[in-house]
Amino acid sequence: MAQAPLYSIEVKGLSKVYRVHEREAGLAAALRSVFRRRYKAVHAVEDLSFSIGFLGPNGAGKTTTLKVLSGLLHPTSGDVRVSGHVPQRREADFLKRITLVMGQKQQLLWDLPPVETFSLNRAIYGISGPAFKATMAELEELLDIARISSKPTRQLSLGERMKCELAAALLHQPEVLFLDEPTIGLDVSMQLGVREFIRRYNERHGATVVLTSHYMDDVAALCPRVIIIDQGRLRYDGDLPALVRSVRPHKRIALRTSAPLDRAALERIGGVLELDPARAVLQVPQDALREAVGHLLARPEVTDLTVEDPPLEEVMRELFSHKADEPVTAGGPEEKDA
Amino acid sequence: MSAFSRALQAYPTLLRVGFAGALAYRAELLIWMLTTTMPLVSLALWTAVAESAPIGRFGAAEFTAYFMAALIVRQLTGSWLVWEMNMDIRSGSLSQRLLKPIHPLFVYSAENLAAIPLRALLCVPIAALALAAAGGERFQAAPAPLAIFAAALLGAWLLNFFTMALIGSLAFVMESSTAVFQLYLAGFMIFAGYLVPIELFPPALREIAAVLPFRYTLAFPVEVLIGLSGPRAALRDLAVQWAYAAATAATALWAWRAGVRRFAAFGG
Repeated sequence: MAQAPLYSIEVKGLSKVYRVHEREAGLAAALRSVFRRRYKAVHAVEDLSFSIGFLGPNGAGKTTTLKVLSGLLHPTSGDVRVSGHVPQRREADFLKRITLVMGQKQQLLWDLPPVETFSLNRAIYGISGPAFKATMAELEELLDIARISSKPTRQLSLGERMKCELAAALLHQPEVLFLDEPTIGLDVSMQLGVREFIRRYNERHGATVVLTSHYMDDVAALCPRVIIIDQGRLRYDGDLPALVRSVRPHKRIALRTSAPLDRAALERIGGVLELDPARAVLQVPQDALREAVGHLLARPEVTDLTVEDPPLEEVMRELFSHKADEPVTAGGPEEKDA
Repeated sequence: MSAFSRALQAYPTLLRVGFAGALAYRAELLIWMLTTTMPLVSLALWTAVAESAPIGRFGAAEFTAYFMAALIVRQLTGSWLVWEMNMDIRSGSLSQRLLKPIHPLFVYSAENLAAIPLRALLCVPIAALALAAAGGERFQAAPAPLAIFAAALLGAWLLNFFTMALIGSLAFVMESSTAVFQLYLAGFMIFAGYLVPIELFPPALREIAAVLPFRYTLAFPVEVLIGLSGPRAALRDLAVQWAYAAATAATALWAWRAGVRRFAAFGG
């Protein structure tokens, strides 16, 4: 691949094995474990290679991969390069180029206002006075945090905290952002706000964003390219529409009707997913779409018609119901964009 | 700019924010200080014993001076890093520290030092009052012993801090490093002169105490402050103390580096 050196993140054959102490419940097991400890090797990530959102169910290895990429974990085997650095060496120059925001772990000082964390980070990253002022003004505008950043962190709501977490993590203007479940636990409007912020930040600064989430909306809104891992293995690397086409090569046609439609007539056009007196949803293969829409629009009862992809949740459910070692190949994109 | 000089530049801010943090936890700090008042218990015991007749060079006034100085030195050089590291490693909070382009031990040290003014504010007046009442004239006021005392105090802090960092690093490989800390504490109680001045130990035990590092974390600066140690002996002990501090720092940094490789960053 001629463009490979341009990738800001390269991963080859990455594996991470955790050694986990195992014991059964009960006093006897507790005593036994004092003398003879049993360890189990848990393969969190196995032979993962990609040259970027991260999708996958709980325990898929998303967070482990992010922790390896940000230098927190030493990989058991494999090669990882981020912005030309080997992450686990954790060189200062590397750490100044990245940031990791974990939805479930905060860096804000709990009993002090976020402004104290901001000034701490300013000192730690050696940010000059004018640069700090300019970045802070931009983050305050994008995140709307000027009002809340002087209140003790413990008094902030979860959503307010996440906004301040993002500000603290971006003060040093990193070029690679690792975001691990940044919208977890947030209400819908706050999720939208955080998503919009990430999108605008990416547009303004051209930063690489690697995001893990199990909210499909995050991924659909933010990620032109998607990597899917399951049980530590790569299942898919490509763009989202191609993934949807490969797993569910059908389109959905949603209809509004002025009078009930005949089920038998609809079944001649495609699969009937829903049918009630004022509404119907059909499923048709991609290549039969044009003909099906033509037939439906010719019917006088049809007042409105929309063509949709199947919901991402459904695509994922179907994908993860396959075996983890079956890669998703059909319909993968020809060109990849890092 | 080297990582070290950048860290030094950041240090005043680290200290300022650390102090703000210590202020936020002032109630906890006070309670924690109350748990380290063992010298007061020892003082009560030993002055009662010394009432009838002095023990060696120690009369009631000497005991007061010794244990008040012990209280001050302990408060100013004590470190709770083991607990903090243990919690950070087990809960995964260490991740945030590891992501910063400054060595986490540097940041821990600033947090530790930042709490000292508050601890001094709380303990020095009590100790000063007790000393004024009895034994105050035993404190060294000449510049030379005071300078040695200042160096010994800093040495004691460094030795303590890096010992705690070394024990704390065990949490990378053990489920809890605080059990090892309890073992260390037992050694400290006996050999640091915390309960009994080392001078009053039986000769064999005194010789062991002179070789072990515990003495240099407490008894040595205390002896300098109250004039139990002449300048020549004090300078020799200072060299030993700093050598211990340097060796402990090197071992702690090695243990940290080895431990971080095994850090599993759970819980996030």
